[in-house]
Amino acid sequence: MKILTCPVNGPRNIAEFQYLGPVRAASAEEPGQLIEALFYAENPLGIMHEWWRHMPSNTILIAERHTVTDRIVATYLPNQKPA
Amino acid sequence: MPFTLLRYGLRSKHASFGDIPSTPALKRSYDVVIVGGGGHGLAAAYYLSNVHGIRNVAVLEKGYLAGGNTARNTTTVRSNYMTEESVRFYAEGVRLFETMSQDLGFNIMYSQRGQLTLAHSDATMRSFHLRAEMGKHVGTRIEVVDARTVKELVPHLNLDIGGMHEVLGGLWHADGGTARHDAVAWGYARHASRRGVEIHQRTEVAGFDVSGDRVTHVRTNRGTIAAGQVLQAVGGLNGQVAALAGIRLPIRCFPLQAMVTQPLKPFLHTLVSSANLHTYLVQSSRGEVVIGGGSDPYQLASTRSTLDQKEHLAEGALHLFPFLHKVKLLRQWAGITDMTPDYSPIMGASPLANYWLDCGWGTWGFKATPVAGKRMAETIATGKVPDILKPFDLRRFDSFALLNEMGATAASH
Repeated sequence: MKILTCPVNGPRNIAEFQYLGPVRAASAEEPGQLIEALFYAENPLGIMHEWWRHMPSNTILIAERHTVTDRIVATYLPNQKPA
Repeated sequence: MPFTLLRYGLRSKHASFGDIPSTPALKRSYDVVIVGGGGHGLAAAYYLSNVHGIRNVAVLEKGYLAGGNTARNTTTVRSNYMTEESVRFYAEGVRLFETMSQDLGFNIMYSQRGQLTLAHSDATMRSFHLRAEMGKHVGTRIEVVDARTVKELVPHLNLDIGGMHEVLGGLWHADGGTARHDAVAWGYARHASRRGVEIHQRTEVAGFDVSGDRVTHVRTNRGTIAAGQVLQAVGGLNGQVAALAGIRLPIRCFPLQAMVTQPLKPFLHTLVSSANLHTYLVQSSRGEVVIGGGSDPYQLASTRSTLDQKEHLAEGALHLFPFLHKVKLLRQWAGITDMTPDYSPIMGASPLANYWLDCGWGTWGFKATPVAGKRMAETIATGKVPDILKPFDLRRFDSFALLNEMGATAASH
């Protein structure tokens, strides 16, 4: 069982979470960035910032996870990144 | 033929088989450098050297020959897609598989037994009708069948699945089949190397020298080589290798997991797939049941397996064939799939004039090994992208001319 730490509910089984994809640099609201936002998602080898949802509590959070080792480095609520 | 075989069998000394040559020293310059020694790259090398007479070719492979996704796929060959462009392309691939053993003089164990995709809902049945009509229009063997015919095709299949996922019918694709993945790569490698293609294993690309809109040199861990043209076909690392040439690709990587059981007596003739259960099964010629279809739920570039996904695959397999519950698993693995937004590959030109792309093969690359190799070789030899590849151009994303095949993957991801 893989554990993901919810900033509200503490460490939980990752099966309780829904993956919502990478935090995007490009915005679909900006016409010049539309194609980038729609099709060219982040796909690094390394730490990726990504959206997750803890489904039972409907908590939306951000996780920093390494895409090669699968190690979760940090989790926090949006706009509350620890210093 | 039978007497030749008998004489061969009774002979006491046999000539050695003619293995794939060991890695030579790198030359300073090649007409074509193929990055990636998997099925696609080797097929392209075969067609370049055997059909187009371009023999000064190097295939660079970071690991060992055909050890990436060529070794990890679940060997499904089919052409039952949704769009006309895709069906035409994949149907050519199926035709090449049908004659490959003869063409290569190498038994790739191609077994055209038909593929059956199951529908558990009316919505799926409707999409099957669309795919069947498109397939007939292009000239492939495909039809929608009812539950009774499903039972006749696969007598051991559990049709009611506890009432949860009752099988309403299926998409029967008589052209579908399976082949030995390693043999496909080895067959191409053998013929390519006989015509002078150099296969460099343990040779990793570290970067490209770009001058204007052309790649001039390929930098590797064994030295730098000049390249007339470059073909990229590196499976799960396509995004990273393209970035070395300054090219961005619309790719996200997900692991796809699979496993095989211990060998059983033959009971499953056709390839069976269920998108609802995210599972597909095929019994190999050795009797092992290959179970695949589980993509990880989040982006990752590691080929580790997870218990969650393996349990999920086993659950789907047991719904379809409950009597497999005592069967042991022999091997399990994962491969990195380079998924595109529309579930179609990216083939043809890149922003660089002499750099060609054969990537974005996600979970559907093996079946296209011969046709992608043939058509990419044609592209490189003539400098012109053939009509059949044009819909797969990278620039389709800029003009929203997508080729949506999301519903036609063997198991939805």
